[in-house]
Amino acid sequence: MTEVAVFVVSAAIVLAGAIGVIASRNPVHAALSLVATLFGIAVLFIAQDAQFLAAVQVIVYAGAIVVLFLFVLMLLGVDQAEDLSVDPLVGQRFLAAVAAVGGAVLLLLALFAGDTPATGARAVTAAISDTVPNINQLGRILFTDYVLAFEITAVLLTIAVVGAVALSRRGDDEPATDAEEGGR
Amino acid sequence: MLDYVWVIPALPLAGFLVLLFGGQRLKEPWPGVIGAVTVSGSFLVTLAVFIDLRGMPAEERTVVDVLYTWLPVGGLHVDVATLADPLSISMCMFVTGIAALIHVYSIGYMHGDPKFGRFFVYLNLFVFSMLVLVLGNSLLLTFVGWEGVGLCSYFLISFWFTEEANAVAGKKAFVTNRIGDFGFMLAIFLTFLTVGSLAYEEVLPAAGSMATSTVTAIAALLFIGAIGKSAQIPLYVWLPDAMAGPTPVSALIHAATMVTAGVYLMIRINPLLAVSADWLPTTIAWIGVATALLAATIAVAQNDIKKVLAYSTVSQLGFMFVAIGSGAYVAAAFHMITHAFFKGLMFLAAGSVIHGMHEEQDMRKMGGLRRYMPVTFLTFLVGWLAIAGIPPFAGFWSKDEILLFAWQEHGVALWVVGLVAALLTALYMSRLMFLTFFGEPRWGAAALEGSSETAAEGHGGDDGEDPAEAVHGEPHLDADFRPHESPPTMTVPLVLLAVFSAGAGIFNLPFSANFKFLESWIEPVVETAEAHITVSGAEQFVLAAISVVFAAVGIFLAYRTYLAHKIDASLFERDILARAWHIDEGYAAFVSGPGTWLFDALVFVDTRIVDGAVNGVATVVRGGSLGLRRLQSGYVRNYALWLAVGAVLVLAWFLTKAGI
Amino acid sequence: MLAAVAVTPSWYLALGAILFCIGAFGLLVRRNPLVMFMCVELMLNAVNLTFVAFGTMLGDIGGQVVVFFVLVVAAAEVVVGLGLIVAILRRRPGATADDLSALKG
Repeated sequence: MTEVAVFVVSAAIVLAGAIGVIASRNPVHAALSLVATLFGIAVLFIAQDAQFLAAVQVIVYAGAIVVLFLFVLMLLGVDQAEDLSVDPLVGQRFLAAVAAVGGAVLLLLALFAGDTPATGARAVTAAISDTVPNINQLGRILFTDYVLAFEITAVLLTIAVVGAVALSRRGDDEPATDAEEGGR
Repeated sequence: MLDYVWVIPALPLAGFLVLLFGGQRLKEPWPGVIGAVTVSGSFLVTLAVFIDLRGMPAEERTVVDVLYTWLPVGGLHVDVATLADPLSISMCMFVTGIAALIHVYSIGYMHGDPKFGRFFVYLNLFVFSMLVLVLGNSLLLTFVGWEGVGLCSYFLISFWFTEEANAVAGKKAFVTNRIGDFGFMLAIFLTFLTVGSLAYEEVLPAAGSMATSTVTAIAALLFIGAIGKSAQIPLYVWLPDAMAGPTPVSALIHAATMVTAGVYLMIRINPLLAVSADWLPTTIAWIGVATALLAATIAVAQNDIKKVLAYSTVSQLGFMFVAIGSGAYVAAAFHMITHAFFKGLMFLAAGSVIHGMHEEQDMRKMGGLRRYMPVTFLTFLVGWLAIAGIPPFAGFWSKDEILLFAWQEHGVALWVVGLVAALLTALYMSRLMFLTFFGEPRWGAAALEGSSETAAEGHGGDDGEDPAEAVHGEPHLDADFRPHESPPTMTVPLVLLAVFSAGAGIFNLPFSANFKFLESWIEPVVETAEAHITVSGAEQFVLAAISVVFAAVGIFLAYRTYLAHKIDASLFERDILARAWHIDEGYAAFVSGPGTWLFDALVFVDTRIVDGAVNGVATVVRGGSLGLRRLQSGYVRNYALWLAVGAVLVLAWFLTKAGI
Repeated sequence: MLAAVAVTPSWYLALGAILFCIGAFGLLVRRNPLVMFMCVELMLNAVNLTFVAFGTMLGDIGGQVVVFFVLVVAAAEVVVGLGLIVAILRRRPGATADDLSALKG
């Protein structure tokens, strides 16, 4: 009973946040709606015994990524409202709706109309244990089976940081624009 | 040594590459030395391979060595492989041997030419191509060599291309050969279609299992190729004009080696000829004998020393095709080899004469040269006796064998025509001999006094010049002019070739099976198809005696005409003969008359139908592209939309497949 | 009545599917590059949710490991993506995704 209540409430928060992201005319509102969605997802993670991921979700996504979004918004001053009444590309919105609704209907159809909602064998090597804490299991498998991928993510992050610095460095011949001087 | 057959063509190729990229920096005579050394190396390797082959049992003397796979395309599988068997190695031996001698000769002959290095580049490339032609194990590889020698022939005929006539002669040779190549290509296509392979070791054994009409078609198409390359009726017209090239080229390419490629090809495919319809060998024999006769009649009336030899080559090639058509493949190979020796010799000797006479080629302006050029004279004498068919010189044995087979296989009519051609051969060769080396000098002081006599001698030569005009431009008409003997680089090859011309008959003496070295040697290659002598020994002797008599009559006629002056030369030197039966003019008239209409029609087909199809395709593609271009809108959201729509469609397809 | 209802993994999968489609729709209709980025994050989260659901369903910790890597990649992507947006908007203040269409055919 509690489980169902938790799921329903969290799902409502997630969907409401998602609608908020795509429907807010102001980007700042969209970013705040995104936080709601991410929070709802974190709750659902906990409901599935993925406590570590829930923590990371809150810290990294809500705490770092969304803050980064807001920071860029403020820095560049692009938080002006967007006119959502009409799409300049003819047919784009209609086709997008058809694709989105069609995709959702088909996926749900696949989920509930078929006999087996998911295929795949149960894990033999890395089964989820009830006794060992979640974070222990994750840590063990990350540093054994997935250690190579794990190391590569370290390289990836380093490269991303270097890339970001290189991209946002202003060239010598480039004058500062109004946006950067806060002249909005 | 059998693993190193590839070295034979590789050496001239290496020489070619070195000369091509480094030849500009080399001073005379080093390019010639490199050329001669590489080709001599090939000769030595060939000799070693020959000795190895001799040491093997006769049935096993076919060694295919795959170097690498060239075209593994679907059903078409072509290797680059060498085929060493008695036939190809025999051919290689005389090709590399004569080529080596001619390289040495060329060092002397081309002395002082500004394009000395370039000459040896082409010459080495030619030898390489020729060896690919001979040693290739498939029709396609032979075709590559075939085209290679054709290309080199073109380069070398128009070697002195600043003269318009030389460039035209090169083009003529190239275009005429192309007609024959067309037949060769169709034969390749048909062979692949029928057998599914182009390698000789697979095609030739399959001859018996193919339909007679197919085999006949393949053999006939290859024969068309051979007609072009080996200058038979109706495609012989390029060979006389090919004499525009330097004389060593005429000797190597247009007498000894390249023009025999057609004969070689015919011998190579002898299993196909053996099972093809009867009309094909008969046609080959008749075309051969007709060419022999026609070219011999023309040669009688030519005044240019090289033209005589050129028509003589055409005529002798005709004899070889008579042998092919009679199933006498060994005889064809035998005549090919002896002819290579004596015709190579005579061309080189003629080159020596031309050199000594300061680039004079008109025999009417020579005469009495035997006192001034003794070595050239003596060697030419050997060549003359050999080609005229006087025993025991080489030409007698090979030509006699061919005539014997013609008698046996095709009856008296073909034999008689062959005999007449042989008589004419003796006649025109003696005429050349007497006009050039005997009689009184018609150059220097003698020419100045009796220029009217010179004019009287020449009846309608196609290059008859005004003697008075000639006096100023030509050094040999100076009063104190003396012809000189050529340097040793030129005379030593002459002497060596003369030895072979005199003695090559011993390769295949008819007296006993023990003396038939060449026959027993080539036997494994041609055993299924080779005709065998069935006529009695006495009959053979009578036939040989008749042919010797005919040769003697020819020489006697020439003696009476040109030395004793008892017969008027105009009896033989008809205007129509000097003009080669107007065949060249006829071709020209045909091509510029009805040919033009034909080509106009072809142009119409090409521009309207072929190009129309191509342009139509282009228009459709262009229209489609203009439409599709709109998809590339530049809006990233638009691209994402199509991505999403595509993903949904894929999803729908999967669900349909899963039956939901 | 309600007590008989239990939360099955299918519920999570259905929520993930709907969330994914909302994100995709947003990506297709919004023009502000930053908002488009947020929509991409929505789609990534939908996938993460699905991974965890499948992991629970099959009793495999691997599903959570993949989510961990997705988080890392998403972080890297945001860093580079925001760098690009900063670089573009510095030259053309106020540009939308539709303004950057110089590559049209």
